[in-house]
Amino acid sequence: MKHGKYPLIITFLLPPLLLYGMFVIWPYLQAFPISTTNWLGYSRSYDFVGLANFETLLRDSALWKAVRNNAILLLLLPILTIGLGLFFASMLNMGGRRGAAGVVGVRGSAAYRLVYFFPQVLSVVIIALLWKEVYHPNNGLLNGTLRGLGLPAPTWLGDPRTAFWAVLAVMVWSNVGFYVVLFGAAMAAIPRDIYEAVMLDGASRWTTLTKVTIPLLWDTVQVAWIYLAIAALDGFILIQQMTDGGPNHSSDVIGLRMYNTAFVSESKFGYASAIGVVMFFLTLSVAVLALRVTRRDRIEYS
Amino acid sequence: MTTVDTPASAPPAADGDGRSRTGDRAPRREVGVVNVFSHGFLLIWALLTTLPLVWMFVSSFKSDMEILSDPWGLPGALRFENWARAWTEAQIGRYFLNSGIVVAGSLALTMLFGATAAYVFARYEFPFRRFFYYLFIGGMMFPVFLALVPLYGVVGSLGLLQTWTGLILVYAAYSLPFTVFFLTAFFRTLPTAVAEAALIDGCGPFRLFFRVMLPMARPGLISVAIFNFLSQWNQFILPQVLMQEDRSKWVLAQGLTALAVSQGYQGDFSGLFAGLTLAMLPVLAVYVVFQRQIQTGLTAGQLK
Repeated sequence: MKHGKYPLIITFLLPPLLLYGMFVIWPYLQAFPISTTNWLGYSRSYDFVGLANFETLLRDSALWKAVRNNAILLLLLPILTIGLGLFFASMLNMGGRRGAAGVVGVRGSAAYRLVYFFPQVLSVVIIALLWKEVYHPNNGLLNGTLRGLGLPAPTWLGDPRTAFWAVLAVMVWSNVGFYVVLFGAAMAAIPRDIYEAVMLDGASRWTTLTKVTIPLLWDTVQVAWIYLAIAALDGFILIQQMTDGGPNHSSDVIGLRMYNTAFVSESKFGYASAIGVVMFFLTLSVAVLALRVTRRDRIEYS
Repeated sequence: MTTVDTPASAPPAADGDGRSRTGDRAPRREVGVVNVFSHGFLLIWALLTTLPLVWMFVSSFKSDMEILSDPWGLPGALRFENWARAWTEAQIGRYFLNSGIVVAGSLALTMLFGATAAYVFARYEFPFRRFFYYLFIGGMMFPVFLALVPLYGVVGSLGLLQTWTGLILVYAAYSLPFTVFFLTAFFRTLPTAVAEAALIDGCGPFRLFFRVMLPMARPGLISVAIFNFLSQWNQFILPQVLMQEDRSKWVLAQGLTALAVSQGYQGDFSGLFAGLTLAMLPVLAVYVVFQRQIQTGLTAGQLK
């Protein structure tokens, strides 16, 4: 492939590069200078204001509520989702009988996997609107059930004490199935003879799970952690559709703050870009941190 | 452990501390407890997952009165007129078509550009190859919010706001990082011997790509196409920003949120449930048919 490789490289690489450069790289680069201006979307002219936008956002109480909520998501979303994902995946793959052949899955595991994955193929908008109705204070499924059981029926999304947690529950609900399948695939790749050896040594199920299966899955757990951390810094669609950040910013997230600042309540493009820059550095540091903290040697079965 | 050969007759979970015993001493007891235990939890989660979806489906046949009076009640009749109302009046039908047009265009563009770029990265050595490669896959890490404001300006200055062309180009551009990342890894796994043989036989580099390499990469292409299809079909924030004004060109996700808003004013609960059901059923149907491919397609990207 020595001579004449450049015509192909140029034809194959240039069009994608142009498209990507124009709609992805160029906007990302522009965001940084815009964040140092007082640009209002509808005007052509704007002034350089230095770091004034960043000073403003230090005092922006709505934004700080959003940051706090994203921090909670960052902590809880990966823990809950990975915890439940590992729990159900191990039930599916090893919850069955243990026989001479090792540890096997429960009956009907394919059906469980099929059902658990449902939320993953639905659009987040559908999930948000559906759950908004489930949480509906009067005719929602949840309060209908609670009333039927004679329990009190809170207003869920209308109450600043519960709104954020109600959305967090939906986030976990919609993500768990994907990680059950992901962890399940990784568990299925663990060689059976490892389990046979463990069983001969008389290890209990719990020991097998915590001392053998999970350490062998660490690679996958690490990837899951990073993806969920990045998802935790987002949360935009669910929050926008279910609570719009309310009541009184109690369930707000940074992405929604940014969107509303730029496109809804006001069109402060400069200030919104400053929020975007903050998000960028948050995402970057979370990704780097997650890689650092969870780093271990890769396991290859040969 | 040989006693476990007939565990169908294992006693039910009568003994609470059966789980704490080691498998060797009381294998049968443990089997029974764990089986009931694990099936119980698995069933609960299966119910939690399906119940809201079933509820939405059932509610789409109810009258508004029935929805308001009893969330658990069954519809008095199969009111398909709710579905018809959502399809025509709320224009779910039109938004379906719009989404289809946009995703067809953007998916084709994503796959073509993604495959050609990935092929070059995987198979050729040239100056700044690593730089360009990391430039592409770096896009996976950035939050889209950072780009929204300038993107609005870029698309606007090209005169592509409120157009499908603009949306198609932007969808494809934002799908490239993952597509290139995934397909580069995939092209690297393909054997080089076939390509060399084809070249010796006088096959040109372009024909080699389209006639030999692309067909060989089919499993990878299908996985990443499924992934991109779902993420582009479900895309919400990009059309929300770039296609806010022209209602007639909206995609499905936008139409559904508008339906939810107008439902709030009019109290048309059944119409909302019908609209959501209409949007959900085709996706679920496709998923049930192709579940294996879809599950591996969506998870493969993360395992690599």
